[in-house]
Amino acid sequence: MGTAIERFDEKARRTFDSIGRTEVYKGELLRHPVYTRVLHWMVALFFFLALFSGFGIYLPWLFRWFTPVFGGGPLSRQMHPWFGVGFVFFFFLQVLNWLAPMAWTTADTKWMRGIGKIVGGKEKLDPPDTGFFNAGQKVQFWEIVGGCLAYLITGIILWAGARSFGATAVAISYVLHDLSALVMLGGIFIHIYLSTIGEPGTFQAMTRGAVSEAWAWTFHPAWYKKVTGRDPRQAYEKARQQQSGTAPKQS
Amino acid sequence: MSDRKTLQTEKISGHSGASPGFGMQRDFEVCKLVDTTTCIGCKACEVACVEWNDMPFGATTFDNTYQTMPETRWNFWNLIKFNEHQREDGTIQWLMRKDQCMHCADPGCLAACPADGAIVKYTNGIVDFNQENCIGCEFCVSGCPFNIPRFNPGTKKVYKCTLCSDRVGQGLEPACIKACPTGCLKFGSKDDMKFIANERARQLKENFGMEKAGVYDPQSIGGTHVIYVLHDATDPERYGGLPKNPTIPWSYTVWKWLFKPVLGTFALFGAVGVLLHYVAVGPRRPQPEPPEKEAANGNGD
Repeated sequence: MGTAIERFDEKARRTFDSIGRTEVYKGELLRHPVYTRVLHWMVALFFFLALFSGFGIYLPWLFRWFTPVFGGGPLSRQMHPWFGVGFVFFFFLQVLNWLAPMAWTTADTKWMRGIGKIVGGKEKLDPPDTGFFNAGQKVQFWEIVGGCLAYLITGIILWAGARSFGATAVAISYVLHDLSALVMLGGIFIHIYLSTIGEPGTFQAMTRGAVSEAWAWTFHPAWYKKVTGRDPRQAYEKARQQQSGTAPKQS
Repeated sequence: MSDRKTLQTEKISGHSGASPGFGMQRDFEVCKLVDTTTCIGCKACEVACVEWNDMPFGATTFDNTYQTMPETRWNFWNLIKFNEHQREDGTIQWLMRKDQCMHCADPGCLAACPADGAIVKYTNGIVDFNQENCIGCEFCVSGCPFNIPRFNPGTKKVYKCTLCSDRVGQGLEPACIKACPTGCLKFGSKDDMKFIANERARQLKENFGMEKAGVYDPQSIGGTHVIYVLHDATDPERYGGLPKNPTIPWSYTVWKWLFKPVLGTFALFGAVGVLLHYVAVGPRRPQPEPPEKEAANGNGD
């Protein structure tokens, strides 16, 4: 089964790479191929469509001004489940795409123990065994996997309604659907922050697909080591010495 | 309003007792009284409902009872439910109950509805659906303890009994009341109907030996604007779909009015949190950061 998924992903990446382009300049590393980036932005598009069309239904007395954006209340209600289906569909492809790098490791458990230092700004460099994704990213990823399952099950129940599933199932789904949305809403702020102004240099990973080597040895040292074969700490020290002028400049 | 002349019937030829709906007070909460002990299952109210609300006659469904169809439909709001109840001595009691919207004082459909103005409750107690504002989400079906709202897949709107709000607004009684030949249906103020219902229950107890006779006006939802006189008020379930203690699901009460806004605000704190992080701790940049000019001169770090 694993190989079937891998074959599917590889074919998809090849196909998308033949359509799109990823420019990796000198001093940069390829972070995300075209396929991953397209999936990410399709997920993002449908996430926000579903989020905003759901706002008017979530708290009508506060967010009813959202419904005209989607052509009124009835159309919001009609479209919202389809936006959700789009979100779950593209995220499912992303799950297949990222199954391997998102696997939890002992390094992640260690990373989580030291999360206070990283968030508090005490630790400028991530631990040397931080791979392609760090533990924080993995937690968010698996939260969305669980959230998507909750969305899908409760969403289908709410979609078909009490006629098909009974009043109690709808009442329970109503609460669980909200909870899943609230967790993701809280998470999206952190996601957007860290990928833009929170960690400068990150956003281009999902637009151009390439990141600077400095970004790689700072935030994902083990991945840097894997793709370049160089030691991330040595590379960092070298850059630091070059910058401060204590070491002879190398061409 | 009170001095307006209406086409209210005062006398009917060949009709026993007071004419239905005559002399009622409309300044207070209205109420429909259904006396199940005098219902003969003639279904005149069903026809009157379909006629007045101008709904086409649909095909009926035979399910080995006298019932017109198993459940009410989006275009059939008023259904006599026929239930057979076996007494302890083995004899059969044939129960007929007029099933329709109960017009709850605390309506679960209204609590569940997320559409602005799709469900209204009037001061006279009538709970009404405004289909032009309905978004077709069917949450009302889930919120209703009596399983009353019905979805029309064609219009994608939900419909139910209006208690003939159009007629009542013009000083008339609901169509079903007008059609009832036995006087089992009565319409008037809530106080009057409660009085008549309690009198009838007392009569049943004292004159007919129905010890458990009583009035169904469930207080768990603040009472209803349709009340029943039952042969046995201790077991309303035997009449089919009449819960003893109807309740609105927790999702549409505490969750909707307290947890939703509170937890929604917490989620927005995510935005405040990252903003404060940016201000207080600052961004994490790829290392080494380009040195500021002064700092670079100041130390060789």
